[in-house]
Amino acid sequence: MSFTPDIRLFSCHYTSQQSCAHEGRELQELGFPENVRMTRVACTGKLEVLTLLKAFEDGADGVYVVGCPKDGCHNVKGSQRAAKRVQAVRDALEELGVEPDRVRMYHLPRGLHPEFVDAAREMDEGIRSMGPGPFGG
Amino acid sequence: MIVAERKPLAEIMEMVRDCKKILVLACRGCVTVCSAGGEREAAILASLVRLGMKKNGRDVEVIEGSLVRQCDREYVDAIDQWKGQYDAILSTACGVGVNFIANLRPRDNVLPALNTTFFGGSAEQGVWSEQCAGCGDCVLHLTGGLCPVARCAKSLMNGPCGGSVNGRCEIHPDVDCVWQMIYDRMGRLDRQKEMAKPAPIRDWSAAGHGGPRKQVRQDLTV
Repeated sequence: MSFTPDIRLFSCHYTSQQSCAHEGRELQELGFPENVRMTRVACTGKLEVLTLLKAFEDGADGVYVVGCPKDGCHNVKGSQRAAKRVQAVRDALEELGVEPDRVRMYHLPRGLHPEFVDAAREMDEGIRSMGPGPFGG
Repeated sequence: MIVAERKPLAEIMEMVRDCKKILVLACRGCVTVCSAGGEREAAILASLVRLGMKKNGRDVEVIEGSLVRQCDREYVDAIDQWKGQYDAILSTACGVGVNFIANLRPRDNVLPALNTTFFGGSAEQGVWSEQCAGCGDCVLHLTGGLCPVARCAKSLMNGPCGGSVNGRCEIHPDVDCVWQMIYDRMGRLDRQKEMAKPAPIRDWSAAGHGGPRKQVRQDLTV
């Protein structure tokens, strides 16, 4: 059975700035999966645990956050805070008996680097191998 | 403040297993300050309950609400605003709040979402530590303001014990020996001589060993 996962990406404004230039055309050309829906946030440190959980409630099969490098965040500790909140959601999913890898944190440099596309592909492949989320989309 | 932490989700999910309509009820008192049961944590819990129920294939309606406090009659009465919208209240208050709802609302099924842990303070962001045991017979004036009842693993009144090593507790080596701290502090206050005076045998009846405690202020009753 073919399965196209619903994946939500919350990305740092700065990390994704160049990726989103030219209406994201370059990103498409580089093979960024179409089933990854991106929401840009001013700083990933502003993301709440609840925001990530709501994405699952809204039907996401997988959720990930892309923030600045751990030691190079534009807002000093924003991406470190985001990583802790992602970890809190991973812990909660595990408590519910759900694969924690359905939510992940990536720290990536600014600019349109191959890693930005690689992270999306890795999430896509990972979620496809896990199958549909258990929350009934 | 009263410090608490969320119960394991498996325990909570088992409690609400057969519920169809759940009111997750936050408390804006102590548990908000210790980030265990305020509006933010209640919203997270409500979301997790919805996700957990979906995963288990159960239909449930989860609504969220909050009270100024759950430990005062006048605030607990405000639950009336959700009348008919729940068959269980999942309270994110401390145990006092859950008891108050149970006391005042005989027909409401109230469930505890938290484990109430201790009276403490925030040592640093995200860290809370026990400071007071609520023993009903405070000795802080004798110990330089540091509590041996709450902070000594053995609640000794004449410490330190023989297990205090390099200022650390033998039971919890990552914890400072409070009796070493008391000794050092009394020295700084030039009161070290008082340490030679043995503390008398303590009357623990005020500590709740004789059943639930109650206090009445006649000047405040109506």
